[in-house]
Amino acid sequence: MNPADLRYDKEHEWVRVEGDSAVIGISDFAQDQLGEVVYVDLPSVGDVLAVGETFGEIESVKSVSELFAPVSGTVVEVNDELDSAPESINSDAYGAGWMVKIKLADPAELDGLMSSVEYDAFVANEA
Amino acid sequence: MTEELLRTPLYAEHLALGARMVPFAGFEMPVQYAGIIDEHRAVRTSAGVFDVCHMAEFRVFGFEAFDALQGLVTNDLHKIDEMSKAVYTVMCDEAGGIIDDLIVYHTGDLEYLIIANASNRAVDAEWIAAHLPEGVEFVDESDRTGLIALQGPEAVRIITELSGEEPPARFHIAEARLDESIPVLLARTGYTGEDGVEIVCAASDAPAVWRLLLSFAEVSPCGLGARDTLRLEMGYPLHGTDMDRSIDPISAGLSWVVSMKKGEFIGREVLAAIKEAGPERKLVGLSVSEGVPRHGYPVLHDGVEVGTVASGTFSPNLEHGIATAYVPAALAEPGTCLEITARRKNVSATVVRPPFVTHTSLSA
Repeated sequence: MNPADLRYDKEHEWVRVEGDSAVIGISDFAQDQLGEVVYVDLPSVGDVLAVGETFGEIESVKSVSELFAPVSGTVVEVNDELDSAPESINSDAYGAGWMVKIKLADPAELDGLMSSVEYDAFVANEA
Repeated sequence: MTEELLRTPLYAEHLALGARMVPFAGFEMPVQYAGIIDEHRAVRTSAGVFDVCHMAEFRVFGFEAFDALQGLVTNDLHKIDEMSKAVYTVMCDEAGGIIDDLIVYHTGDLEYLIIANASNRAVDAEWIAAHLPEGVEFVDESDRTGLIALQGPEAVRIITELSGEEPPARFHIAEARLDESIPVLLARTGYTGEDGVEIVCAASDAPAVWRLLLSFAEVSPCGLGARDTLRLEMGYPLHGTDMDRSIDPISAGLSWVVSMKKGEFIGREVLAAIKEAGPERKLVGLSVSEGVPRHGYPVLHDGVEVGTVASGTFSPNLEHGIATAYVPAALAEPGTCLEITARRKNVSATVVRPPFVTHTSLSA
């Protein structure tokens, strides 16, 4: 099932809290739905993410999906490996497939996210 | 009004293999099984099978069958005077618009088999039948005919094993028996750029043929998604996307299947005039720097929109986007720098002459 140490949103993104920062990626369910990822369009260091708004796009051969910010913050790191190996998102959605690391603007927003148990149930309903 | 989707004889096979199904040409078809890129690579490196049972098969017989078809298609059917030969062609209307692209096989004395696009079955059948003289019989065999494509560098070896003999030569068709029991026609043609065959069989035998092919570990089931990436890498056009009835074959880059050396055929005058004057717009290949180009995306030159993407996809072989688009003839030179607007940003696109991929089991 989905990692217990992460929090999730309805757009199938996960958040790993690291002190006052958070690492963001998409869930295993999301990568499976998308198919083989061929491009990811990510923000740059310094860009500001607003919760609920799009911060990038992820493309497979057949589809394009927007990435929605699960929490607000400023980008401090971007996973550049995804330029040459976007398929990491498919093979390791929770590890090598991480997308951006942000400095949290409002840690209270984390309370609005689902636990892994809640997310498992959410996915079971969607599928 | 929702119309019910048709199913090929292999529908249950696809479900059993866990295929993701989508509507296509009125049929419920598999778009992918393991994944588009995996399937694409399987065809380029080993072998893949495609359910193309939805396509149309027509048979035309009679003393005047040759003359009648020669007057209907643009290519010269004298190229298939030899029994068992096949030729790719388009069929145009009086305005030179492409009704469909198809392959004509010389299957017997006074007899021809035509394999055409599923999406144009009804239009083609009506058009051909309406233009045949008395005494030339037309039969739409599509419902009782199955078609399965086996393509890839291992395909010929596999079909040789299954049929007990070498398949016919490239662009020929021949009878065969698979597993010493199933009677089929093997056509050494395809839409992937790899060597292989298209297996014509009785619709009721399609599941058995499909399973025989998949009994080989080297063979992977492949869906419409991979079919599209494979054909686009080769620069093969898709009717409905790269051309349609509003477009002539000269503009579509298909001048090579329009023969002015033969006699009268529908559309000849218009096409001769376009060939003479040169088309105003041409279908070009585009090599894209970033992202996946998709149908309808604007194509720009110096910031001005000059066309839209016709076909677009990610090339698994090249690992970047590739596309086709109609642009003004002056911008059709390979090397011309254009841009494609992909949703929120512009990416650079360079005109290339297809095929995008050149080293395959057919062209190595």
